[in-house]
Amino acid sequence: MEIAHDAVVAFSKSWGLFYLVGFSLCVVAYAYWPGNRKAFTHAKMSVLDDDDRPLGDRPLGDRPLGPEA
Amino acid sequence: MVRFVSGLTVTERQVALVVLLALSLIGLAMAAAGRGDPMGAQGFIVMIFSVGLGFAVMSGYYAPEPDESRLSRYYDDPTKVGIVLTMIWAVIGMAVGVWVAALLAWPDLTFDAAWASFGRLRPVHTSGVIFGFGGNALIATSFHVLQRTSRARLPDQFTPWFVLIGYNLFCIVAASGYLMGVTQSKEYAEPEWYADIWLVIVWVAYFLLYLRTLARRKEPHIYVANWYYMAFILVVAVLHIVNNLAVPVSFAHAKSYSLFSGVQDAMTEWWYGHNAVAFFLTSGFLGMMYYYLPKRAGRPIFSYRLSIISFWGITFLYMWAGSHHLHYTALPQWVQTLGMTFSIMLLVPSWASAGNALATLNGAWHKVRDDATLRFMMVAAVFYGLSTFEGSFMAIRPVNSLSHYTDWTVGHVHAGALGWVAMITFGSIYALVPWMWKRQAMYSSRLVEVHFWLALAGTIVYVFAMWNSGIIQGLMWRTYNDGGTLAYSFIDSMVAMHPYYIARAFGGLLFLSGAVVGTYNVWMTIRAAHAEAAAGETGADVPIAAGSGAMQAGE
Repeated sequence: MEIAHDAVVAFSKSWGLFYLVGFSLCVVAYAYWPGNRKAFTHAKMSVLDDDDRPLGDRPLGDRPLGPEA
Repeated sequence: MVRFVSGLTVTERQVALVVLLALSLIGLAMAAAGRGDPMGAQGFIVMIFSVGLGFAVMSGYYAPEPDESRLSRYYDDPTKVGIVLTMIWAVIGMAVGVWVAALLAWPDLTFDAAWASFGRLRPVHTSGVIFGFGGNALIATSFHVLQRTSRARLPDQFTPWFVLIGYNLFCIVAASGYLMGVTQSKEYAEPEWYADIWLVIVWVAYFLLYLRTLARRKEPHIYVANWYYMAFILVVAVLHIVNNLAVPVSFAHAKSYSLFSGVQDAMTEWWYGHNAVAFFLTSGFLGMMYYYLPKRAGRPIFSYRLSIISFWGITFLYMWAGSHHLHYTALPQWVQTLGMTFSIMLLVPSWASAGNALATLNGAWHKVRDDATLRFMMVAAVFYGLSTFEGSFMAIRPVNSLSHYTDWTVGHVHAGALGWVAMITFGSIYALVPWMWKRQAMYSSRLVEVHFWLALAGTIVYVFAMWNSGIIQGLMWRTYNDGGTLAYSFIDSMVAMHPYYIARAFGGLLFLSGAVVGTYNVWMTIRAAHAEAAAGETGADVPIAAGSGAMQAGE
C-alpha cells in the first residue's frame, strides 16, 4: 500500500490540529472540573504526610491527615 | 550483599538463581558463537556479571526467611543500592566527560590507544551520565516515590532487583562495547541489537512492576509524580523499540543494520533522540521534582491543576518536536516547520512546571537560603526554565542556522543536563539518603554546601564557555569576504575554540569534584548508619522528619 505524501500532509494539517485542540480542551476541563477538586487537594497534601508505612489493611481514614485536616 | 539476599524469600532466591543461570548460559553462548567478533568479549562480560551475582545470591541462600512483618514496611533495599549505583555512575560518567573535554583541548590525551579515542570515549560519557547516572537515579527514586504515594509495598521483592540489576548490566555491556568499537552510530542509541533486546525485557518488567504496584494502591487518586514516571517508562519503551529496529548481520555478530535508511532513518533517530531528552531527561526528573521538592520544602505544590495541565502539554507536544534537529536537511520543509512550531509551543508547559516549582518555594525562601539540598532543587527549576527557553529559541529555523553543528548546542545540552537533571538528582538524593538510612541528616551538611557551589560554578563556567565558543564558531563559519568566499577556514575556527575548550574542561572538572564530594558524603552517611545499627540500636520505627531535616542542614 502506497501512502501518498500529499495525503499525509493534508491529514496532519487538518486532523492533527483538531485532535490536539480537542485533547487540550479535555485536559483543561478535567483539571478544573469542580468535582475533582477534593481529590486533587487530598493528593497535593498527602505527600507531606510523614507516615512511612504502607496502609495495608488499615482503612484510609485511620491515619493522621496532616496539614489538610 | 548477604543482607539484601536474606530479605528475599526462598522462592525469590531460587528465581534469582535460575535467571542468573540462564543469563550466564546466554553469556556463554555469546562468547562461544562470537569468537573473533566483539560479541565474544561481550559474552564474557555477561557471563562474569551473572556468575558473580550468582555467588552473591548463593552466599545468602541459607539465611533464614524474612518474617511477615516486612510486609508492613516499604521495600527499600533496591532503592538503597540504586542510590549507591547512581553516585558511582556519576563519578565514572563525569570523569570520562572531563577526559573527552580535555581531549578536545589536548588531542594527545588519547595516548595512541584505539579504545581511548574521542569517538569511543564520548558515548561512554553520554551513556554513563544519561543512562548510568540518570537512569539509576530514576529507578531508585521511582521505587521510593511509587510506594509512598500509593501507600502500598512493591508487589514482590524479585522484580525490583531484576529491573535495577538488569538495567545496570545493560549499561555495562553498552559502555564496554563502545570501548571495543561496538556502536550503531545513533546518538543516545549506540548499543547494538543484543543489548537493545535485553533492555526491552528489563523495561517491560519495570513498567509491569509500576502497574502492579499502582493496582495495589490505597490512595484513590494517583499522585502526579507517578504520571511523570510512568510517561518516562512507557514512552522510552516505545522510542527504544522503534528506533532500534535493526537486522543483525548474524546472531554471532555484534553488527546490525537499521531497518530504516536515509532521511527516514535520520527522522526516526531524532524523533527518538529528542524524546529521549523529553521523557528520559525531563519527564522522569519532573516526577522526582514533584515529590521531593514539596517534601523537602514542607509545602504542597503551588498548583496541582497546573501540574496536570503541564503534564499533558509536555507529553503531547514533545512528540512532534524532534524534527527541529534536522533543519536545512533533506527532510521535507513542512516537517521541519512542524517541529519548530511544536518546540515553541513547548515553552508553555515547560515554564508552567518551572514556575510551579518556584511558586511552591515562595514563602520558604529562608529554607532555600539555609538548606543546600533545597537550593539544589531550586537551582534545578531555574535551569529547567532557562534551558527550555533556550531550546525553544534554538529550534527556530533561522536561529538554528547559526547554532546548529556548533558548541552552542553542547552548551544547551549541558545547561539542561548539569543545571537541571544533575541538580534535581543531587537535591533528591540528599533528601532521600537520610530517610532511607534512618538518619536525622547527611553526614556533613557543610559538604552538601561545598558540592552545591562546585556544581553551580562548574555549570556556569561550562555553559558560558560553550555559548561563547558556539556563537563565535557559528559566526566564523558564515562570514564571507569581498570575493564571496568564506573568510575563515575551518582550522581558523578550531584555533579560536582552544581557550573555550580549556575553560569547558575546567568547568567540568569542578562539577566532577562536586560529585566526588557528594559520593563521599553519601558513603559516610551510610557508614554512620551501619555503625549505629551494629552498636545495637534498632532503627526500624524512626519516623522520617522532612521538615526538621531542612532546618538542620544550615547548622
